[in-house]
Amino acid sequence: MNKIRLGKIGRKYIGPLIFAVGCMVVATICDAIGPQLTARIFDDVIKGGNTAILPTLLIGLCITGVGRAFGGYFKEYTFDIVGCSVGSKVRKDLFNHIQTLSLDYFDKTNTGELMARVKDDADRIWDIFGMTGMLTIEIVLRMGMVLYCMFSMNARLALIPLGVMLVMGALAVYMEKRLDKAYDDISERNAELTTVAEENLSGVRTVKAFTAEDYEIDKFRKKNEEYYNAKMKYTKIENRIYPYFPFVAKLFPVFMAVIGGVSVAKGTMTVGYLAAFIAYSMDFVWPMEVFGELANEYSMIAASYKKINKIFAEEARIKNAENAVEGPVAGSVEFDHVGFTVGEKEILKDITFKVEEGKTLGIMGETGSGKSSIVNLIGRLFDATEGTVKVGGVDVKELNLTDLRKAIKYVSQETFLFSDSVKDNVRMGERKNIEEDAVVEASKLACADEFVSKMENKYDTIIGERGVGLSGGQKQRISIARAFVRNNPILIMDDSTSALDMETERDIHHALKMIKGTKIIIAHRISAVRYADEIIVLKDGKIAERGTHEELLAYGGLYKETYDSQYGQNLMEVV
Amino acid sequence: MANATRHDENDIKMNKREVVVRLLKYLKGHVLEIVLTLLAMGGAVTISLINPLIMEKAVDEYIPNKDINGLLKLAAFAVVLNVVFMLLNKARTYLMALLSNKIVRDIRNEIYEHIQTLAFTFFDSRPTGKILARITGDVNSLQQVFSSAVTTFIPGIATIIGVLFIMMSKNVVLGLLCMSTVPVMILALLAIEKYSTKMWALFRKKSSNMNAYVHEDISGMSIVQSFAAEEETSKTFDELVNEHQEVFRKAVRVNDFFGPSCDLCWAVSVVLLYWFGVKLLNKDMVSMGVLIAFGTYVGMFWEPVMNIASFYRNMITNLSAAERIFEVLDTPADVKDKVDAVELPPIEGNVEFKNVFFTYDVGTPDETRVLTDVSFKVNKGERIALVGPTGAGKTTIINLLSRFYDIQEGNVLVDGYDVRDVTIKSLRQQMGVMTQENFIFEGTVADNIRYGKRDATQEEIEEAAKAVNAHDFIMKMEKGYDTMLMERGAGLSIGQRQLIAFARTMVSKPKILILDEATSSIDTKTELMVQKGIDGLLKGRTSFVIAHRLSTIQNADRIFVVDNEGIVESGSPSELIRKKDGAYRKLYMAQFEEIKPKAV
Repeated sequence: MNKIRLGKIGRKYIGPLIFAVGCMVVATICDAIGPQLTARIFDDVIKGGNTAILPTLLIGLCITGVGRAFGGYFKEYTFDIVGCSVGSKVRKDLFNHIQTLSLDYFDKTNTGELMARVKDDADRIWDIFGMTGMLTIEIVLRMGMVLYCMFSMNARLALIPLGVMLVMGALAVYMEKRLDKAYDDISERNAELTTVAEENLSGVRTVKAFTAEDYEIDKFRKKNEEYYNAKMKYTKIENRIYPYFPFVAKLFPVFMAVIGGVSVAKGTMTVGYLAAFIAYSMDFVWPMEVFGELANEYSMIAASYKKINKIFAEEARIKNAENAVEGPVAGSVEFDHVGFTVGEKEILKDITFKVEEGKTLGIMGETGSGKSSIVNLIGRLFDATEGTVKVGGVDVKELNLTDLRKAIKYVSQETFLFSDSVKDNVRMGERKNIEEDAVVEASKLACADEFVSKMENKYDTIIGERGVGLSGGQKQRISIARAFVRNNPILIMDDSTSALDMETERDIHHALKMIKGTKIIIAHRISAVRYADEIIVLKDGKIAERGTHEELLAYGGLYKETYDSQYGQNLMEVV
Repeated sequence: MANATRHDENDIKMNKREVVVRLLKYLKGHVLEIVLTLLAMGGAVTISLINPLIMEKAVDEYIPNKDINGLLKLAAFAVVLNVVFMLLNKARTYLMALLSNKIVRDIRNEIYEHIQTLAFTFFDSRPTGKILARITGDVNSLQQVFSSAVTTFIPGIATIIGVLFIMMSKNVVLGLLCMSTVPVMILALLAIEKYSTKMWALFRKKSSNMNAYVHEDISGMSIVQSFAAEEETSKTFDELVNEHQEVFRKAVRVNDFFGPSCDLCWAVSVVLLYWFGVKLLNKDMVSMGVLIAFGTYVGMFWEPVMNIASFYRNMITNLSAAERIFEVLDTPADVKDKVDAVELPPIEGNVEFKNVFFTYDVGTPDETRVLTDVSFKVNKGERIALVGPTGAGKTTIINLLSRFYDIQEGNVLVDGYDVRDVTIKSLRQQMGVMTQENFIFEGTVADNIRYGKRDATQEEIEEAAKAVNAHDFIMKMEKGYDTMLMERGAGLSIGQRQLIAFARTMVSKPKILILDEATSSIDTKTELMVQKGIDGLLKGRTSFVIAHRLSTIQNADRIFVVDNEGIVESGSPSELIRKKDGAYRKLYMAQFEEIKPKAV
């Protein structure tokens, strides 16, 4: 699927990468030529007394400096750009993929965790093609180049750096393996810490209502301590191995000076060559120091890579059929012996009904009797485990998912608003197609205009996350406007007037009559379903009663009971 | 205002020096670690400075004299020296990790604890994702400041000073030559820094926007999918990512000149060194060994200069994280205990509002007056229903009672105590507030109920659950009270979440009970059952109920009709229903309009 394949990404950016490596080669060559020039200054100019070539050699040194600087700039900039593009692409792909996953995935996955994937882990993939990748290639290149120069000067002596390098490389790989696990632990602790904080912030009203701040602080402190311990454990492992890198790096040039010195003493090497050799061995210092850090980086990258691909491997349970029917979907809704089971739990059993286009269905029933599940099956947020659900006469499984959902306008039981303007919240998903006039119109119908128009920036007012800046009833009215503004043929209202006062609710019911199309209304209040063409009453996932208002009253079952408890005695009083 | 996910946050500009000084304060109390780290570091730096001297000695003395024995002795000395170096390095790394991790852990605790004291206004004005970013990302950035200060800055400075000292003591002319390009470089770096600092600050904000948007999108996934709005949310996210990317590009375009300009200056220094070095050599003013050693020192000198420069860059970007943390820490808790606040003794439940004035967001463009001169008295055990249009201030009244906000004028009294004179904890512990929110925490059912009373026994929990009729459905769950609930109660119906929330409040046995539209999402039958449970527990307790359903309101002793003008009507249900043209009667009839024509 979308799984990140490093090779594939690499191929895509092959041009810039080659350019960057080219720049790197230029810089590295300049770097390598430097000591050669220095050697000639010592041998030819100082010892040989050939002062005439000194200016040429110095100009050469200047040029290598300039080459190193420019090569260095374009190398770094190109890698930054490539890394950033890759990171952004991975982020976008990941976000899009997450959005295709079905709701049960979100039920079992923490928000904080997914956030970390899209942010921190995508950043790590960025690093492979940015900083870390650059350093790796550079180290290999530099060492190759320096080794080549050393070998061409004195092959026997050059065996030493080669040997040292191999040992250090092996050590780095070993360290990476050890750190890998410790790092996994850190990121797990980090996710836990984030989750605790996230829960606390989201549930701040509950926390404060129960004066549970101290309890919450204890909980957080505990997680914070665990996170700290995980980090310290990582440090301990790292510290057992890592110091060898700077140790070898520091000792190496001294060592080379001594060994080379012996050669000079024996007369097998000139002093100028020795100076160059020492300069080259200084070039080893940096890569060796970085080796350890890179091992560290790679252990983090590997962890992120695995985690991101794990999400990519997660398949959307609900997706388009291979030859899905495309195009607008008509407004009739039909359930044919539909059953819905989650795990062991049977939520809906043998549900059959049909709502013709333009008709209204009312659904009532106790808490947990499966009302909202019916809604979820119509929009195919879940798939029925038995029977068929048809919209516009076609099995929903055969419809194009987007077309199906675009046929529905839905007011959910829980309101959810983005931290965005009122306007963009109302026309969510249709920002391009819905004009402000239509938004105002729909808001008037939904009784939202009365308070929105009083706000300072009217429809451009930013409302807080989950609409916290508004009262429950206000949030609900905006989410009603969100449905009303659309021309989709099916309106579904899932107990969506519960937070409204009686007068507003009445106004909404009046407005409903003006809205054309098929309506499915889930409610607890009789007044909401009173005029439905058919009302079904659910009990334990089955249809217990069905009929019109009058029929159900005459039947004298659950519906009648509800009616009595809501209106019975009051009616007497009023009359 | 500009706290929408798509908008950049406003910075509160702080003086950089102040921020640094404040950060340094966190080092207090870690003196031992700091001293040890510095000692270890000093040792390590010294040794790394000695290494070139060893080389110099080898090249100048032993090699020309062909003293192989001496060379080997020197090598042995170097090995010993560097083993010490490694051990010191080890100690330093460990101590530094210990120090920075400890400090960061403490700051994280501090900011979290402070956030717990902040009032709703703080949370209302910011998306959760952005607050979260301060606790996690921003604090982590601080760790980098501390650890890179110790790994690069201090040893860098020490190295530079050491190198300068050695160079100057060996040959003043060559030493000055090597440093001649430093002023040029500093100017270049400052110019680059000025631009990129601004860009990195912007980059951070873009990052935060992106994060907040992911948080919202995932929280609202069911709505996004229901409306097939994925295409648009993807587009919004793409835009946020693109902005993020664009700022990064702009930043690195200039920032990447950093290394190369150091490189250039370095090259110039080297050329100068050899140009004059050779001349001096010819005049016998320097030895060849010194020249070689100088070649090494120039490298040693420029490396820390580059490192310090990049440390500076890092610090500047990370300082903005520190600023954001301090901004939170400096946000005063709007509602807090008075210095001389007393514990509220066990109350009976008398409530009085005396000429209360309340305005939200005083002093901001969003300032809205909600209550004007509201007065009422409620006796212990009374059941009050608050009705009225949404947004009229019903929720505000009960929020003032629990002191979630402070009023501007008047008094809110509980048993004669002004709520501002008692500790918040002792006040809220005697209140039970149930909202529509019904937040469920990750944990077992029992854990969630125990949230109301941390030391509740299993019997107490079950008793509370039974009282609100939650026991039956809980027992039907897989593991009963030990069933694990997911984040936000995913998998439970809203009604079930509500019942658990009820049990949670019941177990805390509050003296004053507040139900803010708490029953609006459960069906009438369940509500009736819950009502029975509540009725039992309400006996002898004062209660405030905000509800829209008549069935909930009818049992109230008194009804307050709240309007934009305040409490416009109050009285018993039967009194109010008879009041011709009364506000309550109007509301009441609205609910019947749908039913009346045919039913009667």
